[in-house]
Amino acid sequence: MSQFVINLLFVGGSFAVYIFIAIWARAGSTKEFYVAGGGVHPVANGMATAADWMSAASFISMAGLISVGYVNSSFLMGWTGGFVLLAMLLAPYLRKFGKYTVPDFVGDRFNSNAARVVAVICLLVISTTYVIGQMTGAGVAFARFLEVDSTTGLIIASAVVFAYAVLGGMKGITYTQVAQYVVLIIAYTIPAIFISLQMTGHVLPQTGLFGTHLESGMPMLQKLDQVVNELGFQDYTADVSNKLNMFLFTVSLMIGTAGLPHVIIRFFTVPKVADARWTAGWALVFIAILYTTAPAVASMGRLNLIDTVYPEGPTAESLEYEERPEWIRTWEATGLVTYEDKNNDGRIQMYNDVPAFAETAEARGWEGSELVVNNDILVLANPEIANLPGWVIGLIAAGGIAAALSTAAGLLLAISSAISHDLIKKIIKPDITDKGEMLAARISMAVAIIIATYLGINPPGFAAQVVALAFGIAAATIFPVLMMGIFSKRINSKGAVLGMLAGLIATTVYIFIYLGWFFIPGTNTLENIPANWVFGISPLAFGAVGALINFAVAFAVAYATEEPPQEIQDLVESVRYPKGAGTALDH
Amino acid sequence: MDDKEKGKAYWSANLRLIYGCLAVWATVSFGFGILLRPFLSDISVGGADLGFWFAQQGSILTFVFLIFFYAWKMNRLDKKHGLEE
Repeated sequence: MSQFVINLLFVGGSFAVYIFIAIWARAGSTKEFYVAGGGVHPVANGMATAADWMSAASFISMAGLISVGYVNSSFLMGWTGGFVLLAMLLAPYLRKFGKYTVPDFVGDRFNSNAARVVAVICLLVISTTYVIGQMTGAGVAFARFLEVDSTTGLIIASAVVFAYAVLGGMKGITYTQVAQYVVLIIAYTIPAIFISLQMTGHVLPQTGLFGTHLESGMPMLQKLDQVVNELGFQDYTADVSNKLNMFLFTVSLMIGTAGLPHVIIRFFTVPKVADARWTAGWALVFIAILYTTAPAVASMGRLNLIDTVYPEGPTAESLEYEERPEWIRTWEATGLVTYEDKNNDGRIQMYNDVPAFAETAEARGWEGSELVVNNDILVLANPEIANLPGWVIGLIAAGGIAAALSTAAGLLLAISSAISHDLIKKIIKPDITDKGEMLAARISMAVAIIIATYLGINPPGFAAQVVALAFGIAAATIFPVLMMGIFSKRINSKGAVLGMLAGLIATTVYIFIYLGWFFIPGTNTLENIPANWVFGISPLAFGAVGALINFAVAFAVAYATEEPPQEIQDLVESVRYPKGAGTALDH
Repeated sequence: MDDKEKGKAYWSANLRLIYGCLAVWATVSFGFGILLRPFLSDISVGGADLGFWFAQQGSILTFVFLIFFYAWKMNRLDKKHGLEE
């Protein structure tokens, strides 16, 4: 059976499961559409949350990012640490409040439609930018594994999402996400276990990472430090000098994670406040399986790649181009691996092409690094590098698509519920019937899918930068406003609105200064290099500062103006106590 | 104790628990994983140092433990104050 047929069977099989769930889990009321009826078991919800959270970036790109070295550990800590904040500072109280969307809480708690609208705007910017990444990710997986062009692939994927998200709403999405989690975690761990066994003899990649490299008898990480050093790179485990930036970047990712609306709404689907806390725990267990495996994939994948190019070590003769393994040939065809024989010696050289290393390179007869390997290769080509059978490659294809679609569906629900519930039901047409609201939700979901598919097919050039914007805005607006709404009775609507606006504007402006105004290339005010950053804080790490600005402005304004009315203070009091959450949802 | 005082006692117990958990959360990630790493460089863990281990494994494992610990303590607190469902 050809690899194409195997991939088709795996992806087609997983799609059949999603469609089956779509038919089985049809939503009959807005409560089912928005929060799956509020009856999801915390373990199932933990799994769904894990799939919702782990995007195409987590699945396909993260290992490549981490393989740069210790400095990118920020992604590992940041993207998991946010769940601790969700469990303790947001999820239980928002579940007790018992409404359907994030702007719903902001609007009711501050008794202000202005606050509701600002929250809706932030939500739409965050979720729309995020969904572009998922659709492009799904397109990439289709194009590379199914040999269809990515436009056809994306239209098929959108049709599948349309089926279960528009028909089933949160109910359909929840159970599809459970299935998608199973697919993606199997796809991620199986190749990782094999590569760990081959390189270190450890079954668990998590211990293999700190184990002994079988071939050299040295600790794996020391071996890696040694070879990257011989190629002019910084040690893999080397410490960073700009600790402030690493610290703020990690904080931004953590509070950004906790402020992502599509993740928060997953906590509204469980019956009780206690279940919201358990959900966070189970979600992080399921996420941690992938996130503790990723650093092993990163380091072993990088060492393996260097070993392939320099079979006798970096100081000896490197691999002849004609002798290159099959997987390099396969991925060259996709453009993710490119080779140019700069010194015409017929061999492959790959090293850090910087002035500091130029002398050594020249002495070795090297005239530039010749092999360019895309970050995504570490995960995508993992099964081939480890010589695994064809069905594992099929699994990676299905896993990558599952990761992208599960996150896309959660985002689309967050977008459509903000429009149908917060804008239409709460502001434009309050007398709309339950049926009318659900129709509005389905229409806005369908429109959102069409826009997302269009943007996936024609990705704007700034797709990579906007992810920074999504996290920055979530960190600087949604997280602080929710936290203050729960933990302070004194914050009033003026404080909340001005705080959100201050956080939003400060963060957006700081990002635009370095990455270009509205991401238009060439319009950046200052070049995006560390020397230009204020106190060495990169635009990606600014969300934490934006959050501080939000808190400061909100408190200053709130204490200078009137106290919120008694019924609002009573509302804050009531979200703090778990009793009665089961009935609160039946409003 | 009336309901209001009971509520106050429950809330301040919750806040104390959160402070404690977040102190551990910050120590393992921002502390051991980033800022304090140079001070832990003498403790080696399989080819790297303890700070590196916390940044890539330890902090995540601690986060999982913290959430379950918090959920378990809060369930007991809910029961004690008669606020469970």
